[in-house]
Amino acid sequence: MNWSVIFGLVCRYTYIIRRSVPRIIEMLFWPVLDLLVWAFLTMYLRGISHGPPSAVTFLLGAMIFWDVLFRSQQGMTVSFLEDVWTRNIINVFVAPVRVREFLAATALVGLLKVTIIIVLLTALAAALCGFNLLVVGWGLVPLFANLIVMGWGIGMVTTALIMRFGQAVEMLAWAIPFLFQPLSAVFYPVSVLPAWLQPAALALPSTHVFEGMRDVLAGGGFPARHLWWALALNAVFLAAEAGFFLWMYESTREKGYLAKLGTQ
Amino acid sequence: MGEAIVEIGHLRKVFGKLVAIEDLSFTVGRGEIVGLLGANGAGKTTALSILMGLITPTSGSARVFGLELERHRVAILQRMNFSSAYTALPSNLRVEENLMVFARLYSVRNAQRKIDELLELLEIAHLKKRVAGRLSSGESARVSLCKSLLNDPELLLLDEPTASLDPDIADKVRKWLRLVQRERGIGMIYTSHTMRDVEEVCDRVLFMRQGRVFAEGTPADIVARFREKSLESLFIRVARDGELEEES
Repeated sequence: MNWSVIFGLVCRYTYIIRRSVPRIIEMLFWPVLDLLVWAFLTMYLRGISHGPPSAVTFLLGAMIFWDVLFRSQQGMTVSFLEDVWTRNIINVFVAPVRVREFLAATALVGLLKVTIIIVLLTALAAALCGFNLLVVGWGLVPLFANLIVMGWGIGMVTTALIMRFGQAVEMLAWAIPFLFQPLSAVFYPVSVLPAWLQPAALALPSTHVFEGMRDVLAGGGFPARHLWWALALNAVFLAAEAGFFLWMYESTREKGYLAKLGTQ
Repeated sequence: MGEAIVEIGHLRKVFGKLVAIEDLSFTVGRGEIVGLLGANGAGKTTALSILMGLITPTSGSARVFGLELERHRVAILQRMNFSSAYTALPSNLRVEENLMVFARLYSVRNAQRKIDELLELLEIAHLKKRVAGRLSSGESARVSLCKSLLNDPELLLLDEPTASLDPDIADKVRKWLRLVQRERGIGMIYTSHTMRDVEEVCDRVLFMRQGRVFAEGTPADIVARFREKSLESLFIRVARDGELEEES
């Protein structure tokens, strides 16, 4: 790994965000708006709910956790798309940049975006409805880490698909993460799903993270079992997703699509 | 011609049923400017893309600086660079930010000094703080050239670098290219549809048709060999697929 290359790419993506008001709005607008909707819903449900107050705060926690995964994936794929949109992608690929350095840089941009958004959402959730995400304690770090890694994996897949099929499929950058939302049991326990669907749900790292989050918020202590499952599944998925990315990258070179990316 | 820094041997590239390059062999010497000419679809862009590692060849060999391209892609790219009228630098970054990013990608030492020196050379020091998206075509082309010289390349690939430039700027670009070739001994592969560029800049020309080189030599030699008035008239004849006869 050449850290100068990774630093250069991270600088390039952060310059773009810093210099573009629409991009800053895009990065902050949707998460904040989402949080406001869920915060008001939480307030309303608290008023009519007869259950423990923690039950409704699951929703707010779930929304923030989901954003970690989504923004991590977005950070990676949108960074790549930025280069395609500005017709700069060829300049990057003909520079001495290794695929792993390119992926590491976009992953770091995802991490940076997630950090900014999470700090903002946590503060807003605390201010608006007294929801303190930090009650999760240190368990928050591995839970978030698993979501970030899963976001990177999905980011690699969406980036690979756009590289292979071109800008015509760029909407996949926003659509694909939502394929995982129903199965990840984000806003409800996995037991709500039909019995035949539950094994598929439990095969996703994110499902274990959300189950673990609910355990912690319900006062169940550190969700070690869920974390180990998430970690193991992430390792398997990430290896497969990296393999898929490399396969697609070689395929685009073979078919000549890489040379046309962002030039037409 | 000096030591060969590019050695292409029997290169072939097929996309499905389309044969983009049939059988391409050529060399480029250190400090030599070689023009790659041909009508659209002749295989020039595919050949350049293979040299940049963007396309894998179906068969044949491609060696740059004596290294096999597929195996040593990153090491080779570190010593070469590229400028094209069809790519752009991120439009919302300042010129100096764009150049600094690429200086890091090429691990350039004393990057700031290097950037200032190149901006001076290309007479665009006043654009340093300007946002790339607000530059004219001529200014963008010069910034792109500046980017392509950042790593002191030994080989420069130029894909129609004067396309969309007015005659004054195009003339300046040709002179700068000759200057850096003389002063730094950079080998160049130059594609252009402007025959004036080719005649003025290139030491040697490879005329391509249907994925093969059918004529090679200095621009004057080729014109004489095919009994044409100019490279332009030869180009038109080739593009219209006339049978070509060499002067015996």
